[in-house]
Amino acid sequence: MRFQISNLDFFYGPKQALFGLSLNIPTNHITALIGPSGCGKSTFLRTLNRMNDLIRHSHYTGEILLDGQDIRKIDAVNLRRRVGMVFQRPNPFPKSIFDNVAYGLRINGYQGRLADLVEHSLRRAALWDEVKDILHKSALILSGGQQQRLCIARALAVDPEVLLLDEPCSALDPVTTAKIEELMFTLKDSYTLAIVTHNMQQAARASDFTAFMLDGRLIEHRETSRLFTTPSDPRTEAYITGRFG
Amino acid sequence: MSNAIQTAGSVAPSHEGPRAWLRRFVSGDEVAHIVTLLFASTILAITGLLVLQLWTNSRLSRVQSGWHFFFMQTWDPVFEHFGALPFLYGTVVTTVVALVISVPLGLGAAIYLAELAPRKISDVLAFLVDLLAAVPSVIYGLLGIFLVIPLMREVIEPFLKRTMGFLPIFQGPAYGIGLLTGGLVLAIMIVPFIVSISREVLLVVPREQREAAMSLGATRWEATWHVVVPYARGGIFGSIFLAMARALGETMAVTMVIGNDPRIAASLFSPGYTIAAVIANEFSEATYPLYINALVELGLVLFLLTFVLNGLARLLILATEQRGVAHS
Repeated sequence: MRFQISNLDFFYGPKQALFGLSLNIPTNHITALIGPSGCGKSTFLRTLNRMNDLIRHSHYTGEILLDGQDIRKIDAVNLRRRVGMVFQRPNPFPKSIFDNVAYGLRINGYQGRLADLVEHSLRRAALWDEVKDILHKSALILSGGQQQRLCIARALAVDPEVLLLDEPCSALDPVTTAKIEELMFTLKDSYTLAIVTHNMQQAARASDFTAFMLDGRLIEHRETSRLFTTPSDPRTEAYITGRFG
Repeated sequence: MSNAIQTAGSVAPSHEGPRAWLRRFVSGDEVAHIVTLLFASTILAITGLLVLQLWTNSRLSRVQSGWHFFFMQTWDPVFEHFGALPFLYGTVVTTVVALVISVPLGLGAAIYLAELAPRKISDVLAFLVDLLAAVPSVIYGLLGIFLVIPLMREVIEPFLKRTMGFLPIFQGPAYGIGLLTGGLVLAIMIVPFIVSISREVLLVVPREQREAAMSLGATRWEATWHVVVPYARGGIFGSIFLAMARALGETMAVTMVIGNDPRIAASLFSPGYTIAAVIANEFSEATYPLYINALVELGLVLFLLTFVLNGLARLLILATEQRGVAHS
């Protein structure tokens, strides 16, 4: 188990957003988090790399272990290097494609040849062939799907153990979405992935485990194939059959 | 008819003639177009009138001095010697001094207010900064006379002489009045512009940019300095231009502290004069047409100087943007 989460309560100031969440995120698998808008999936994901630390007056109780170690005891900068993140909207820096991928390496004081690792990361993100001749052009000239794969390459460059994806395809068309899903599948051999998605077909297609959340609570968490065929909770069934959300 | 009108959803094709035009006219689109165009064209008209006035009213001086006007160092109305160089020098030097001091100060303060300060403190300080930007410049001049000049004479200039006196710019007697003091007072005046505008543009940098940097293991400061500030670069440069334009043209505060002496000296401690200051001080004393014309030509020069420096600054941005790439 890469992440072990138990009794997680999360608060934005006085407002509680997550209630007693307990689940494990297994190594080298894809875990999908589904649920209607505002159910706390993104909040949960952003707790895992302490990105919520940036939000004033937020805090959590309970325990989150990464490889058995409490993440509160890990320096936040180190933790984020180990737990990479891809965001809902592609957010490349307004720099060149090369500099985008190299950024994480530079700030972490990488000593080897940058160019090799940039190429390697872009290959892993299945983007190399499309950008190898325009590495020093602005990342902003790329299409949305290319930008999102660039953001994945940027996250992979610092060689994290976990990759958190926060609705990475919500701004993309179906063809590009398929590319990203294919990419996730090839990445799970080396990484642990957790993906928040609005799209139930995506969860069903691309994940090994699925967690269904509702109103800040974890309703059900099982193998994806079983959750979608024989949900044990009536609310899960209602959601996946499209009766709400 | 313009695009604006065709896209405004009016149904009448043009072959319907004047009647259709009249209908659109009455419905408001045409009226709005003409009226706003009229208002917008006043900008052009004012600029044109300004240049025309400066040009025609400086004719005598232009004919008499020609290009020498820019290179002559003597300004002596008694003997009808009119050289603009000391004023150009004073204007550029005080502006450069002001920018050297105010850009790091203003940018640093803006970063603190936008990125690090608790929200309440940031809002209160930003309010004060906006207040400072609205203080009349004569008040800054008084501040200069009662506080900055003595401070320069007794403390800062002797200190600079002791520590960096080997540089020609920090040599000579410390009067307290002079180019350095003028630049410092200007810096105090223009810092609020830089802080206020830079803070605004830093605040609108998308949160995802900062988070992207931090998710890669950047510290808060690294995310700010590598990602947030470059993202806001265009707006920050804009604030600096605005500040520069104000420094170039500032009259009252400068004339109160600079010494008003048209000479060119390497030392920043020496008194100087700026274009805006000499126009304000001498216009009422200008007793014969050539004198008046020379002062108006100085105004023309200041106008052109502002134009040229703004243009150069914009070129600088373009150059850095093509290297670093910005704009979506």
